[in-house]
Amino acid sequence: MSPRRVPAGSDATGRRDRPLRITVDGEPADGIAGQSLAGVLLAAGRLAWRRGPSGAARGVFCGIGVCFDCLVTVNAERDVRACRRRAQDGDEVTTQSRHTDRNPPPTADGTPGTEER
Amino acid sequence: MTTRVPRHVAVVGAGPAGLAAADAALGAGARVTLIDSAEQPGGQYHRMLPDAYDAAHPERLQHGWHAFDRRRRRVLAHPHCTWLPETTVWALERPAPEETGPPRLHLLRGPADGAGRTRHTLDPDALLLAVGAHDRVLPFPGWELPGVFTAGAAQALAKGERVVVGDHVTVAGSGPFLLPVAAALLEAGSRVSAVLEANPPSTVARGWSRRPWELAAQAGKTGELAIYTSALLRHRVPYRTGRTVIEARGDGRVEEVVSARLRPDWSVVPGSEHTTAADALCVTHGFSPQLELPLAAGCALRTTAAGPFVDTDDDQRTSRPEVYAAGEITGIAGAPAARAEGAVAGWIAGGGDPAAPAVRRLRRSRDQGRAFAERLARAHPIGAAWPGWLRPETVICRCEETDYASLCRAACDPAGASPRVAKLATRAGLGPCQARVCGPTVAELHTRLSGDPADGLPVAGPHRRPIAQPIRLGELAAPPEPLPHHAPRTPPKKESSS
Amino acid sequence: MYGTRVTVLGAGIVGAACARELAQAGFDVTVVDRGGAAAATTSHGEGNVLVSDKGPGPELQLAQLSRRLWPEVLAAIAEGSARGAEAAAAVEWEPKGGIVVATTEAGARELSAFAAAQRTASVRADVLDADALADAEPFVTRDHTAALHYPDDAQVQPAAAATALLADALATGATLRTGCEVLGALTRGGRLTGIHTTAGRLGTDLCINAAGPWSGDLAARLGAPVDVRPRRGDVLVTTPLPPTVFHKVYDADYVGAVGSSSEDLQTSAVVESTRAGSVLLGSSRRRVGFDDRLRPDVLSAVAAKALRLFPGLAGVPVMRAYGGFRPYVPDHLPVIGPDPRLPGLWHVSGHEGAGIGLSVGTARLVRHLMLGRPTEIDPAPFRVDRPAVLNAAAHPGSEETV
Repeated sequence: MSPRRVPAGSDATGRRDRPLRITVDGEPADGIAGQSLAGVLLAAGRLAWRRGPSGAARGVFCGIGVCFDCLVTVNAERDVRACRRRAQDGDEVTTQSRHTDRNPPPTADGTPGTEER
Repeated sequence: MTTRVPRHVAVVGAGPAGLAAADAALGAGARVTLIDSAEQPGGQYHRMLPDAYDAAHPERLQHGWHAFDRRRRRVLAHPHCTWLPETTVWALERPAPEETGPPRLHLLRGPADGAGRTRHTLDPDALLLAVGAHDRVLPFPGWELPGVFTAGAAQALAKGERVVVGDHVTVAGSGPFLLPVAAALLEAGSRVSAVLEANPPSTVARGWSRRPWELAAQAGKTGELAIYTSALLRHRVPYRTGRTVIEARGDGRVEEVVSARLRPDWSVVPGSEHTTAADALCVTHGFSPQLELPLAAGCALRTTAAGPFVDTDDDQRTSRPEVYAAGEITGIAGAPAARAEGAVAGWIAGGGDPAAPAVRRLRRSRDQGRAFAERLARAHPIGAAWPGWLRPETVICRCEETDYASLCRAACDPAGASPRVAKLATRAGLGPCQARVCGPTVAELHTRLSGDPADGLPVAGPHRRPIAQPIRLGELAAPPEPLPHHAPRTPPKKESSS
Repeated sequence: MYGTRVTVLGAGIVGAACARELAQAGFDVTVVDRGGAAAATTSHGEGNVLVSDKGPGPELQLAQLSRRLWPEVLAAIAEGSARGAEAAAAVEWEPKGGIVVATTEAGARELSAFAAAQRTASVRADVLDADALADAEPFVTRDHTAALHYPDDAQVQPAAAATALLADALATGATLRTGCEVLGALTRGGRLTGIHTTAGRLGTDLCINAAGPWSGDLAARLGAPVDVRPRRGDVLVTTPLPPTVFHKVYDADYVGAVGSSSEDLQTSAVVESTRAGSVLLGSSRRRVGFDDRLRPDVLSAVAAKALRLFPGLAGVPVMRAYGGFRPYVPDHLPVIGPDPRLPGLWHVSGHEGAGIGLSVGTARLVRHLMLGRPTEIDPAPFRVDRPAVLNAAAHPGSEETV
């Protein structure tokens, strides 16, 4: 089993959910307003999304912005701590890896690059 | 008649200590700027649900919610308080040696790690640091697998956004923090297989039961712990002492954990290994104070059995003029002590009378909290033989994946044994977390392996991060903007001639 | 020279390189450092091995000698033993070449004239047109007026380089004493016969002051002051990136800043990546004594200059900054040779920001000078008894550092 969200119906806090949707490498993932990106990713069944230098999978470790394990690219901003960034409806998350990065840096004129190097 | 210009106190961190400090400084008549990287005050202890959850009963997840909520509302609504949420202090700039006063604060405002944050500077009359601590986790084989969380992560996700990290969870490590984490997981519907305290009953009992009258003074804390213990009993969760997780295993994620019995020095008892299925493992071996800002401010540290902390005097002053410290950065003593320290620090920093009766009571409460901290440290020490469960290939630095064998090689090369040189050679601590996670461990292992070679110059140490939080190049290149509602520092009053 | 005792004061890269050459020449070498080996200036720099930033003259000759020696020295260390091979690999020798970019018309003219002069001294400097530059550095600004490629520029991991040189010296018989601070000189008949240290007296026949920015202080303690001063430089380090910067890329202002004696802040863009993927951004030069306080305005100026060269890096996070003190002599030339005022004492210092690159050539020069052999380049410009070195008394600084 994977991490999951406490169902609103059985949540003692009596919360009311407002759904939002983000994409992760183009795939949709559903969460609720107020969640961190890490929370959305975990509750959507993703335990890991980054790759370390050796290619090993990483996800959340410290959950409070200390370990930088959960880094993602959000709407073309790289190295965002998923555990600290509040998810916004429509956020485009792309996963990062040290060596085979899907997010080439912007080209000289500032537009996101497309070429594979 | 002259009107005294109110002092301006910048409080960094809005957890129990920082919020109490802001409250007390305002009470002393000061103007306060309260700064926190989160959107809401509360820190890790009073981590609040997001506003968007529209929770009818937020108090059900919080110990001491009502007192916190009252204080939070009082401080944020105070006309002399400026609340700066989502604001990080990325650098502190010390004044020249001949100048007095606190360092200048360099701030970034905007969504966490956002690219378009605005850069500001702040020159208060006093700086009050209450930035807290985070879990210290010792490395063990497999701790880098997805599904291994710090205890703090499990608690933050459960309390802060109602996400549970797994369905079959083992909670392991040392310290009373294991209990609220297990309780939070149970409340959110996880099954907790066991809570494993690495220290044996004899060590735990020695710390907790010596001078029991000190505990009475910490009634708030013990009452809280009793609640957690009863939650464990209710769910029939075994609490085992003298046992810990020495390995996490699985294919790309945690699937099972191996625990073993430990001797009092945390050496593993051979043959006592036991394997349990688990989809999550939550670990903590204590707390690591966030010392980068105190060090950037130039504050002296004191070394304790539980590691280095900011050194303060009876009024929470640090070694630097007009720099105060409160909460976990001065010692791990829990929320009641942090609140008392914050209140003393805020009152004094705000220009309050040091002899006021209220502050004397606060100092007493603070001192009881410190005594409690010492007991905690005695009850839940890290055993010296813990490296026994490391293997040559065990990852020590998570960011750079430096393994134990590489650290050993570097430490044993006489030409390259200085800590800084070894760090550059092994890359341990050079990754994105900048040694926040592995720093104290690498320092400890390096000292043991190399016999403490001279670094000569004042040792940088694992907590020194002059850039305290990442800043994007575009943000750094831009000049600072004026902060709304903040006039520049009031110059010393001159005799008026007109 | 067998049996002649040489004490090298300072286990930074210059001391390590000297120890290695002298141990190989048969001297009985002891390296003394008040701290740990390579822990100060050496491990707070970028690891430049450059010829591109030097105009014709003695320093360029030293740079060219060093550039020729670096691959030879590393190959020799690697061939020595398995551990040597490991140590040499850790040096991360990268002959990646340098690219100098001008962004103004005046800058382009100066750069072109500078390169023309360098070519008369056999420096390879190839003009890159816009397409060739875009090919070599796809992310560099297109808003430039001239670009030159210096294929001989290289880079090392400086602490590893010093470690490899020192380990090789130790393997050849040298001794290392760390945590041992020099307190003064022992002399007899006006000649240095030993040093007084926190670990007791140490007899020696020859003593080399290789204490980098602390050389001035140390020389004063030994009774023969030289004017070597600290000059601070700051470097920014980004989070690891996919490959973005392929050469050592710097703006044409850099050459001017290196040669400047101004006390004011000088910044110029020097941008390069490391093997781990981080981009290093320099550089600044300030004369502030040993003041180690972080100056965000300096870091901001460095960032702004770097973005002029690589505008696309604006969104990249800086995760670390470090500053180092570089040993600087007012006439911007190293000091290499015996001190005529105190026989037995040598000074080998003052390489400013080029000490990593110049270390191996310097050490070879010292070896030949000590043996009384012909040297490969003229050592006279580096001599100790020149006005810039002996003019002023030493400038003592505090012992604080980064």
